[in-house]
Amino acid sequence: MKKAKLFNLFFCTFLCVGWSVAQNASLSGTVKDTDGTALYNVKVVIDGTGQGAITDDRGLFSIKGVPPGSYTVTAKLFEYQDLSQEVTLAQEPVILDFVMKKDQVMDEVVVIGYGTMRSKDLTGSAVVVGEKNFVKGSMATPEQLIMGKVSGLKVNTNDGAPGSGSTIRLRGGTSINASNDPLIVVDGVPLDNGGIAGAANPLSLINPNDIASFVVLKDASATAIYGSRGANGVILITTKKGNGVNNEKLKVTLNSKSSISTISKYADVLSADQFRDVVGQNGTNAQSALLGDASTDWQREVFRSSFVADNNVSLTGGIKNFPYRLSFGNRLDNGLLKRDRMMRNSLSLNINPSLFDKHLNIEINQKLVQTNSFFANRGALGAAYFDPTQPVYSDTTIYGGYWEWLDNNDKPNTLSARNPVGLLNQKEDVSRVQRYIANAKLSYKLHFFPMIKAVINVGTDLSQGSGDVLIPSTSASGYFTDGSYNEYRSTKQNKLFESYLNFNNGEKNSKHLVDITAGYSYQDWSTESPNLPVYNAAQDSVIYPEAANPFYTKNVLLSYYGRGIYSIADRYVLNASVRMDGSSRFSPETRWGLFPSASAAWIISEEKFMEDLSWLNMLKFRFGYGVTGQQDGIGDYAYISNYFEGTTTAQYLFGGVPYIVYRPGGFDANLKWEETQSYNIGLDFGILKDRVSGSLDFYRKNTTDLLATVTVPAGTNFTNEILTNVGSMRNEGIEFSINAGLVAKKDFRLDMTANISHNINQVLKLTQIPDSTSAGILLGGISGGIGNTVQVHRVGFPTFSFLLYEQQYDANGAPIQAGTAAPDGTTYTELDAFVDRNEDGVINIDDRIPFGQAAPDVFMGMALNFTYKKWFGGLSMRSELGGYIYNNIHSNAGTFQSINGTQGFLSNISSLYYEDETQEITTNQLLSDHYLERADFLRMDFMNIGYNFGKLKSTNIGLNVSFVVQNVFVLTNYKGLDPEIGGGIDNNIYPRPRMYSLNLNFEF
Amino acid sequence: MKIISSSLLVLSLFAFYSCTKNLNQSPAYGLNSEVVYSDPNNYINVLSKLYSGLSMTGLQGPAGQADIAGIDEGFSAYVRVLWNLQELPTDEAVCGWNDPGIPTLNKMQWNADDGWVKGMYYRIYYQITLCNEFIYQSRDERLDERGFSDADKEMIRMYRNEARFLRSLSYFHAMDLFGNVPFVTEEDRVGAFQPERISRTDLFNYVESELIDLSNVLSAAGTVDYGRATREAAKTLLAKVYLNAEVYSGSNRYDDCRNYCEQVINSGAFQLDVDYQHLFLADNQNSSEVIFPVVYDGLYAQTWGGTTYLVCGALGGSMNAADYGVNGKWGGLRSTSTFVNKFPDTTEDSRFLFYREGQELEITNLGTFTQGYAYPKYKNVTSVGDVGSNNGTSAHVDIDFPMFRLADVYLMLAESAYRNGDQGTALNYINLLRERAYGNSNNNISSISLDDILDERSRELAWEGSRRTDLIRFGKFTSGDYVWPFKGGDVSGIGTSSHLELYPIPTSDLILNPNLTQNPGY
Repeated sequence: MKKAKLFNLFFCTFLCVGWSVAQNASLSGTVKDTDGTALYNVKVVIDGTGQGAITDDRGLFSIKGVPPGSYTVTAKLFEYQDLSQEVTLAQEPVILDFVMKKDQVMDEVVVIGYGTMRSKDLTGSAVVVGEKNFVKGSMATPEQLIMGKVSGLKVNTNDGAPGSGSTIRLRGGTSINASNDPLIVVDGVPLDNGGIAGAANPLSLINPNDIASFVVLKDASATAIYGSRGANGVILITTKKGNGVNNEKLKVTLNSKSSISTISKYADVLSADQFRDVVGQNGTNAQSALLGDASTDWQREVFRSSFVADNNVSLTGGIKNFPYRLSFGNRLDNGLLKRDRMMRNSLSLNINPSLFDKHLNIEINQKLVQTNSFFANRGALGAAYFDPTQPVYSDTTIYGGYWEWLDNNDKPNTLSARNPVGLLNQKEDVSRVQRYIANAKLSYKLHFFPMIKAVINVGTDLSQGSGDVLIPSTSASGYFTDGSYNEYRSTKQNKLFESYLNFNNGEKNSKHLVDITAGYSYQDWSTESPNLPVYNAAQDSVIYPEAANPFYTKNVLLSYYGRGIYSIADRYVLNASVRMDGSSRFSPETRWGLFPSASAAWIISEEKFMEDLSWLNMLKFRFGYGVTGQQDGIGDYAYISNYFEGTTTAQYLFGGVPYIVYRPGGFDANLKWEETQSYNIGLDFGILKDRVSGSLDFYRKNTTDLLATVTVPAGTNFTNEILTNVGSMRNEGIEFSINAGLVAKKDFRLDMTANISHNINQVLKLTQIPDSTSAGILLGGISGGIGNTVQVHRVGFPTFSFLLYEQQYDANGAPIQAGTAAPDGTTYTELDAFVDRNEDGVINIDDRIPFGQAAPDVFMGMALNFTYKKWFGGLSMRSELGGYIYNNIHSNAGTFQSINGTQGFLSNISSLYYEDETQEITTNQLLSDHYLERADFLRMDFMNIGYNFGKLKSTNIGLNVSFVVQNVFVLTNYKGLDPEIGGGIDNNIYPRPRMYSLNLNFEF
Repeated sequence: MKIISSSLLVLSLFAFYSCTKNLNQSPAYGLNSEVVYSDPNNYINVLSKLYSGLSMTGLQGPAGQADIAGIDEGFSAYVRVLWNLQELPTDEAVCGWNDPGIPTLNKMQWNADDGWVKGMYYRIYYQITLCNEFIYQSRDERLDERGFSDADKEMIRMYRNEARFLRSLSYFHAMDLFGNVPFVTEEDRVGAFQPERISRTDLFNYVESELIDLSNVLSAAGTVDYGRATREAAKTLLAKVYLNAEVYSGSNRYDDCRNYCEQVINSGAFQLDVDYQHLFLADNQNSSEVIFPVVYDGLYAQTWGGTTYLVCGALGGSMNAADYGVNGKWGGLRSTSTFVNKFPDTTEDSRFLFYREGQELEITNLGTFTQGYAYPKYKNVTSVGDVGSNNGTSAHVDIDFPMFRLADVYLMLAESAYRNGDQGTALNYINLLRERAYGNSNNNISSISLDDILDERSRELAWEGSRRTDLIRFGKFTSGDYVWPFKGGDVSGIGTSSHLELYPIPTSDLILNPNLTQNPGY
């Protein structure tokens, strides 16, 4: 503590250059806020002199060595209004005290769809997350910045691969087969959710370092303005802008993050010696004969610790009336899997001038990102299960010198796995992707009637991906085709044109504030990619020829929308919006959809009768209803009867001559919007001058005309399953979030934010005619037997419910397996092994009842932030409770039978083998709930600590340094590698790294 | 300023006006039905898909963009799933894989949710629906509307007849496997409706009438390209329908069966192949015996089903994949001892194609490939010993599946003659096959029983997808009088319930179509 004080003194000292000139005047004083609390770290500057000081923890400042004269002295502190006072200095020391007012928090403006809104007028559920509250660390994609930060919003990274995407779910998914992803809008440009060829994930082409804030619109009254795309919520991303006005000086920020990423856990499999013992004891002679005498830890052969660097430079300032921000970022991410590599360069330029006496506001945002990736062969992720008794290298040069399973002709065994190291080193998979997102927004306040504003927003999102994949002919995997080489290319284009008019009388009449917006929007999306052939490695013969036509698809969305807000005396707010969307994905009869919403808020704390409750400074009640839609996940031409061409390898031959086939595709001429009606009731509160604030929301979302891929009556379509509007489902939940200043002392601040969400989801209908006997939709394929599924969408249960047999256990607690000997000398049957649910004396699918689901019932986030003098730090944790995982590793690799060994090769097995009495896989055994485990976990996403050095000695350079650990720990009872598994079925995933980063931030 | 506001206004108006048309989008490389059927040259490509519905599984060979959803694509191949349903529950074959539905087929323990049963059912109706569309689009009045030339119309009419043949073939399978089923024709257009149910007897009458007509209007064998359906194919199918008429409709039609068998034989278009093995080799398109093949090609018609399955699936143990012209052994299919024992002679009968090295005769564990003799009857090598077009480097073979061949016609003729009291004719045709099998007449027989005919059918047509139908016709499929290993799930075999003679209508379709009723016993 003493040391820190010394530091303070030290820096105060060198800021006050010129102090040594003794005959000059001096100025000192105290800075407090309106409550009388002393303010720390306030910059007190004597304008035009470059002299100034920073207040200490008692709010005191002192400036010496000022030449006598008249000055303006200004005090500045973040979140407070600047305060200037005039003073005349002579020889006598002058005392000048400041009382600073907080920024008007209630008049904070929130970005909403097509405009902004005073946050106090919000009637829906919208949450802002600013840079201050972002998850810290080195990350490739923007959505990771708000993991665990917003109640109702669940962000789970899909795995640990460089640039890997995330599954983002807001208040549960509203759909079964259409999309459940929220709409993401970057600076007013709604993004395409689809993937980009060659990119790990489309969002990885947005540099998180350029993002200023997120606004998460949760309920329909907030999202209905986005109509058909609002059902899964909307995330508005605003990038950093130049905030300079009037020739603000150039400010350069340099941020450098260097990280080491390490593997936090290996899959627990048998060691070479254990494997030799197990096979030797239990295996047949033929199986034992396959054992090798090496000891290879295949996981350590394919994984590594790696280096990640993320460097960003930004320049902000203003040239005349043109504030600008220009930033450049470079990220190099070497994954845990050897040879993985992603390099991203990003360039972002924002210009936002105001012209004609602020009547014309122009905002131009341009982001150009390029990634170059090397994708290490994901086949190597199965390394743990490759026979550990075999060596990495053979003593020959065949198959690249890698040891492989061979058949009796010394050719690669077509059924076995390939040498994981050979897989890694014998595949060259590179890609180059560019993405350009740009928009220009012109907002013009009419000169003759300034309450009306006309806005035009033109935007585009262009991406281009290309890559090539080479498997050399010398490799085992390329043996039968002489290797392979193929290129791919894809271009995506998204065009946006919007115009709207806004009327707002806020400047004239604050008692009856009216804000009306009406507009039009056009957006189209197209994807084009040529069909390129697959060659052998030498490119002198074709393995799969190109199809006749390239791939091209396009869809158009046309919309009209309007919104009205009426706020009376800052106390009652009414809000209504409507949007009409027309989509080219539907037939002329069904293509238009109407999406209305209405909501209201009552700011109770403004009422007279609340004046006595002085501790409660804010209390707002909100109610909203709205209808939103969903059309993502539907093919662009799914309502038309189309024919598709087969490839040259799928022809039919007449008289020895092959003929290309034309196949009609299944279609549903009546396909239409999925519609979600949602209700939201919410309460916002602020206690003790907002020292504690929070929100509580209840919601219910009913989706009708649910798009599901269902079986059609045989003989009625060119397919047996089609995506059609058949069902309905419901999501209900409660969300609570709280922000609290736990400690707010002069030199120590500790803030906490926490949120908890509960969502339950239930399928209400899945057939045209409601039918309670319907088995529902089976899904969730597993490894082990082709065609086994473990999940179901069934009426009355959550989506992705597990559908398994209930395992019975013997006296020792071991799972009973049919066909093995019982203690009484009989042989166990399936009736002993599983519970005969319907008591019909047969174990069959009817005995599998839905139980448990992949999604958690409850999820939480908690973050702490502290500043202690110049130290700062924080942490953020996430927990999910109530979800389940089917441990496919356990079921498929946890038995002796999993060694294979009947087809001329062996596979390693999970150490769970030792825990389990079940040593033979039968179809039904795989479907036992013995393998269903709770997926509950608590993960600390990051922990950081840093020191703000302020301006460095005799320079103008500000520096802060911090150290961040990401993925600090996971607490779970789950037996597998990682309980955070998308979809609830655990097979091999790319492990999530633990990262240690040093973060340097320079400012000058 | 005025310029700004007026240009804003103009832009907005422009936007309002111009864009609604943009909502009419159609595929850029458009092949919607209008486009496809407006050009007479495209019809062969649609017809090609109808035929490949028997061989391929999707738009991409060997896999990709599957026709049938909800089942592994390789499993959904017409010939593969038909073969499994016709062979695995019989004495001719077992499969050792643990994939759902395989053990239950071996053990005759399927139910109405079984994946293979569904796979067959939906494959059949997929084929029928596609045929219906083509027949509708190639109706005379539609061809007139499109103003095609007479020659083009003539050509398309023949395609249409072939589509009707393919539809009849699938309805035959529906009648044989499922009995009372949904019925849709070209009058039923794609959309949300519930097809009517047709009784097995009515379906028999429908298939019969279609085939009688087709046996007159299709091209005669020898006048069209190999692979396309001919009058003789229709007649062979008709004979098959008549042979089993009692099962399907309750009254026998052996005279009609004999009549059509004789017509096929008398056409002179087909002769028994000299070498039995040649019928199952990579160049069997040259065989003089095949009446209706399902065509495969290692390069241009690749699939994981079909004859690829019959070759690779039957390889395992100590066998050498290269000897069979493929690159891998899938280790699944073998025979039961009951079938092996149908061959009193193991050396001279050229149909004794078992692989015995390292294989035990008896099966105690279905999953162990080395239990049960392997039966690599199909080989991806040519009659002169060359490897197929895949050069042995893939699993995709050139062997055409002989859906109908002359030997089957002989056997049908023999059986229908015998059942009508004409033993002489029966003996004659049986001995013709035995002479081919032995290469001489030393093993000809002089007297014959009905069971001998069934056994001869088994030796001659084993693993060709006919066994279940034959056993049912002879009353041996479910009864306890005739058992084989793993019949009914018992290692030595037990009788099973007679309801298993029909497969169940999949629950998934029963739910959606209230016109349907489940077959008794399910």
